[in-house]
Amino acid sequence: MIKTDILIIGAGPTGLFTVFEAGLLKLKCHLIDALPQAGGQCSEIYPKKPIYDIPAYPEILAGDLTEKLLEQCKQFEPGFTLGERAETIEKQEDGSFIVTTNRGTKHQAPVVAIAGGLGSFEPRKPLIDNILSFEDKGVEYIIKNPEIYRNKRVVIAGGGDSALDWSIFLSDVAKEVTLIHRRNEFRGHLDSVEKVQELKNKGKINLVTPAEVMNIVGHHKVEAVVVSQSQHIEKEFEIECDHFIPLFGLSPKLGPIANWGLEIEKNAIKVNNALDYQTNIPGIFAIGDVNTYPGKLKLILCGFHEATLMCQAAYQIINPGKKYVLKYTTVSGIDGFDGTRKEAPKAVVKAIE
Amino acid sequence: MEQQDVNIKITDRDGVTHEIVAPTDMAMNLMEVVRSYELAPDGTIGICGGMAMCASCQCYVLSKHELPEMQDDEEAMLSEAFYVKDNSRLGCQIQITPEMEGLEVELAPES
Ligand SMILES: Cc1cc2nc3c(=O)[nH]c(=O)nc-3n(C[C@H](O)[C@H](O)[C@H](O)COP(=O)(O)OP(=O)(O)OC[C@H]3O[C@@H](n4cnc5c(N)ncnc54)[C@H](O)[C@@H]3O)c2cc1C
Ligand code: FES
Repeated sequence: MIKTDILIIGAGPTGLFTVFEAGLLKLKCHLIDALPQAGGQCSEIYPKKPIYDIPAYPEILAGDLTEKLLEQCKQFEPGFTLGERAETIEKQEDGSFIVTTNRGTKHQAPVVAIAGGLGSFEPRKPLIDNILSFEDKGVEYIIKNPEIYRNKRVVIAGGGDSALDWSIFLSDVAKEVTLIHRRNEFRGHLDSVEKVQELKNKGKINLVTPAEVMNIVGHHKVEAVVVSQSQHIEKEFEIECDHFIPLFGLSPKLGPIANWGLEIEKNAIKVNNALDYQTNIPGIFAIGDVNTYPGKLKLILCGFHEATLMCQAAYQIINPGKKYVLKYTTVSGIDGFDGTRKEAPKAVVKAIE
Repeated sequence: MEQQDVNIKITDRDGVTHEIVAPTDMAMNLMEVVRSYELAPDGTIGICGGMAMCASCQCYVLSKHELPEMQDDEEAMLSEAFYVKDNSRLGCQIQITPEMEGLEVELAPES
């Protein structure tokens, strides 16, 4: 059981900044995210694109914003459960909550902050009739551990960066890599496209375009995929393989959180915005893109503000009745949980003669 | 600038057809029109904000309008999307202009 003060669901910009604000109040955080990395939409959808409306940053790349947020909250030593989706929540007699992921990891905290954005990022599954029955039996939509492909025959489908990048990476690991795409053109960074071209020429990647995987063949595990190729004439053939990895991007789904008894409106969680962004269940807050209230704007800077106010309410729940007074970071400095201290240099007091 | 609204018919994912009026002077695209009329739940359309990077705004063009030609990124995205038909377009790549008067589209299923 992972125990913490504030359990944050979603490691997007809102969740990451919560760690910092909570840290100032000496509250410890743990984050759960379905993605294998932190950053939410900023890292999954547009890491290389600029944002122009982060206060004091005339321009910052979404990926760099994620890096900065991680750096800013580092001394408060957040815990991470990545690559897992928060599935169920149970209220305990002592008022705390236990949140369990799809992999069975349990987390306990007196306060839960849902910073789930547009929802948990889930892979987009191609429309192949029998694909579901091969999941975890050779079909993987996300590559978590590349080692499982060592000396295996792998078929990758997709036309974007992740299909290109993984084909390149696995060409050194797997016995055989086949990349299948509906068109001859790929949508990716120039380097990746050129690298795949080079590996194709060397015979290290078997490129099949324009083509599509129609079906999967095998007894209890993937043994081959049926491919339809439409170059010159339409033809259908099988490619023997041990793994089929469709990489068609991820799309966010509110998912299990919708069944937690929270008030939902327009695919978002209703909160009390006059006070502290608490939901209809005391102790559960919703901040950032995932919440809604009159006048809500789904912007990063709004998530930061919501996170800050929410932490004050969390402090009161965790330290009932305790007096609190706001301190400026400039004045009080920052004491990290890792023993580090940041502080403003003292003014020099010296006579001028 | 002269202000002009156009009439558009949009069939939502439940098969209901909405006759709506869209402004041509707001630099809106079809995906944004769908969002502003809430014809699809938040979070199921416009996920990439309109950068031709998610295909959540895919629609089928039912009327015979002469639409702006597809750019490379739209074509590439559609080649990775599901439920694609010959008349598929990305709504976020279709600007609302006076030429869109009478346009009829149907939203593609969510994926
Ligand atoms: C192309 C694009 C451009 C944008 N440009 C701007 C801009 O210029 N300025 C601006 O302010 N905003 C912009 N935005 C919006 C901005 O990215 C979002 O407002 C911001 O990411 C919201 O942060 P968040 O932390 O609330 O949620 P998200 O970033 O969506 O992160 C939520 C995280 O929660 C996880 N999650 C959800 N449910 C679960 C669960 N049950 N279990 C585990 N994990 C879960 C998800 O996997 C996700 O990683 C843009 C968005 C896009 C797509
Ligand atoms: S909104 Fe993402 S492709 Fe149109």
